[in-house]
Amino acid sequence: MAESRSEEVKLLGMWVSPFSRRIEIALTLKGVPYEFSEQDITNKSSLLLQLNPVHKMIPVLVHNGKPISESLVILEYIDDTWPNNPILPQDPYDRAMARFWAKFVDQQIYVAAMKMVGKIGEERDAAVEATRDLLKLLEKELVGKDFLGGTSLGFVDIVATLVAFWLMRTDEIIGVKIVPVEMFPEIHRWVKNLLQNDVVKNCIPPEDEHLKYIKARMDSLKIKSV
Amino acid sequence: MAEKEEVKLLGIWASPFSRRIEMALKLKGIPYDYVEESLENKSPLLLALNPIHKKVPVLVHNGKPILESHVVLEYIDETWKHNPILPQDPFDRSKIRFFAKLVDEQIMNVGFTSMAKAEQKEREVLAEQTRELISYLEKELVGKDFFGGKSVGFLDLVAGSMIPFCMERGWEGMGLEVIKDDKFPEYKRWVKNLEKVEIVKDCIPPREKHIEHMNYMVKRIRSS
Repeated sequence: MAESRSEEVKLLGMWVSPFSRRIEIALTLKGVPYEFSEQDITNKSSLLLQLNPVHKMIPVLVHNGKPISESLVILEYIDDTWPNNPILPQDPYDRAMARFWAKFVDQQIYVAAMKMVGKIGEERDAAVEATRDLLKLLEKELVGKDFLGGTSLGFVDIVATLVAFWLMRTDEIIGVKIVPVEMFPEIHRWVKNLLQNDVVKNCIPPEDEHLKYIKARMDSLKIKSV
Repeated sequence: MAEKEEVKLLGIWASPFSRRIEMALKLKGIPYDYVEESLENKSPLLLALNPIHKKVPVLVHNGKPILESHVVLEYIDETWKHNPILPQDPFDRSKIRFFAKLVDEQIMNVGFTSMAKAEQKEREVLAEQTRELISYLEKELVGKDFFGGKSVGFLDLVAGSMIPFCMERGWEGMGLEVIKDDKFPEYKRWVKNLEKVEIVKDCIPPREKHIEHMNYMVKRIRSS
């Protein structure tokens, strides 16, 4: 049921933000053309402040002049508006499970992972341990599945790219291999599956540039990498 | 849909998260079996159904558990399609979801932290931050009886269970006036409207007992 009316879709985002990239993945999966506007959150544009006055954060999707903020809200909006290639499953129970896991990634895993940054010694080890405990739940979810969404990429996979291409790229700055393959074989297998998807591959920050950026940012914040 | 449905809700009388689910079930006329959980002494059933968070509410529908109050509300709306809680239009839905997150993520955090601080000055700073956040809700209510328009919807259930019928009771118990009449006329009007709605009235914790409970919780947090 893809509408062929004239649509104006704009995304205010950042090339390094997992929250912004997940929107790009969703739009691209659905074949929705959009205009991307790279934002500088250290120097917020008046457009961003006008479109997201409450949080003043990216991503913001603007559809025919109307702004939508908060990445999970945006993903649901995209699925509601362009029903082709659905991201969420059809069945209400499966949808509930997908929403639950997406919240788990953003409110549990992400929050725990942030606590690892800038820590050293025992504090660092405890934060890594806490993050791994949460990742073990994701590991369990992947047993017998190609993707968190089942046989194909879905809502939770798109959200959990945060784990695959952000959390798993912070080993150097944290000073430890956060997601070792011996401990997380399913997650590693899942990352390989993700990378075989052209949309995902093209919608994530290129690894070399990304790692350089992360390191430079940590250095500029004068955070020790152990 | 006249098939036999088994709906069970694990909740806590004082929890805004579980109360909002009761409101939704009543709004849709869905019969359910309520199981009161204890904060201190979680039942084996709760721990089995929600091993990850060990929290209420848990909705069990035909044996399958659904967790997280917003997820449960969306599930209820998608499963029982009459008396919809969410609007039909995608953009309207996105606004409701956005503000529901604001209530439970920002307003709740700042609001409860304002109660937990021992210093009066700190409390006032956080109360001011809470007011700023609530002013976004104030704007949304202009020209409407409820966030849902003419009748209660998703955001009324989320914000109603959390702010007037939970947080305000906490502030009242402490003698703190956060939401002032003259600054929040739309909010005050909305609360009066809510108080007239049967399903809301039936599903809010009893006032005095609730204020007492909030005082007890605040003392506990301050002493920890």
